[in-house]
Amino acid sequence: MERRVRNAELAISLVLRVGVLVSVAVIAAGLGLMFAHHGEYLPIRGHYSYRELTSRSTQFPHSFKSLGHSLARGEGRGVIVLGVFILILTPVLRVAVGVVTFLYEKDLPMALVTLYVLVVLVGSFFLAGA
Amino acid sequence: MTPLDFVVSLALISVAAGILGSLVGLGGGVVIVPVLTLLYHVDIRLAIGASIVSVIATSSGAAAAYVRERMTNLRAGMFLEIATTTGALSGAYLTTVLPTRFLFIVFGVVLAYSSFATFRRRHTDEPLTVSNDRIANYFDLHGSYYDPAVKREIAYKVVGTTPGLALMYLAGLVSALLGIGSGALKVPAMDSAMHLPMKVSSATSNFMIGVTAAASAGVYFIRGQIDPIIAAPVAAGVLLGATFGARVLGRVASKTVRIVFVVVLVVISLEMLQKGILP
Repeated sequence: MERRVRNAELAISLVLRVGVLVSVAVIAAGLGLMFAHHGEYLPIRGHYSYRELTSRSTQFPHSFKSLGHSLARGEGRGVIVLGVFILILTPVLRVAVGVVTFLYEKDLPMALVTLYVLVVLVGSFFLAGA
Repeated sequence: MTPLDFVVSLALISVAAGILGSLVGLGGGVVIVPVLTLLYHVDIRLAIGASIVSVIATSSGAAAAYVRERMTNLRAGMFLEIATTTGALSGAYLTTVLPTRFLFIVFGVVLAYSSFATFRRRHTDEPLTVSNDRIANYFDLHGSYYDPAVKREIAYKVVGTTPGLALMYLAGLVSALLGIGSGALKVPAMDSAMHLPMKVSSATSNFMIGVTAAASAGVYFIRGQIDPIIAAPVAAGVLLGATFGARVLGRVASKTVRIVFVVVLVVISLEMLQKGILP
């Protein structure tokens, strides 16, 4: 029993670490790309204020369609959103790994519990209209 | 301030938010939202979107370490997620029905009481050795962890799963409705109602808040509340801070974690009351 719990712990810990590392790498690449494309964002070149990028009217991708267009154009902000999306999906993936691990250990009650959580999570993404 | 200065300074503040959040089992929204709105004058909608990103970053960053070190009660956490995700989902639909001001006041009072209840338990931190809780026994939610601060293995039993589930439902509801407080109710639910050791409560709350936040993150994304130039430094900074904070929790005493948590809880409670009374 103890050894089995340990397997679940190691699998879940691995999923979380990989998710975190991949998302940080993608976000960092996106930031680099954004500053490389926009010299006016850097202190040396001028007086461009961050407020222009954090106001109500700022444009950035917020649907899969606009994210796809932004990535196709090679925009840094699109790459950042992709990285944030990987970060958001990490807990969902962690629950999915939980379902598989509990099934593998033939722990049916816990497998059903995690399956319910997974269904609610995936359902929430669809209900959001994504 | 140029965009580069903004990104660098916000990333540094986010490191601090990640350390604090991972230590007490909260998402760090308590730091991120006021910093963004008061210091950088960012729109509150975008600040709340960034706080959701911060919660997921704290959770995944810290939980990777806590789970490996067996500080997290994996089974209890995953079991209680039934209630938090259901709460988060119902909260997303109640947003339009319930008056937000009234909710801020109600939860401000609830959190003030939980901070008092958590503080009162500071001398009685002995883990339980028996449990008659049928749900906890059926799902085998009991556990043990190695506490590096006292250098020994601590076994504990879990009780009160029914009030625990009710509080977790409420926790999911609050975080979906108000955008803050996802961990604020989870830690007291596990500590006071279910008698999990303080450090386990904090680590397990950390493990769970990512899933609760992910349940409402889709809505925030579609509504356009996740601004990349704010989310990038927050995510990167908080992840770094949480990874570092997770190394600290094992070594500090349970009582210290409890006191830090109570202080943060009082701040959140006042923040909520202020939003409810003086909008």
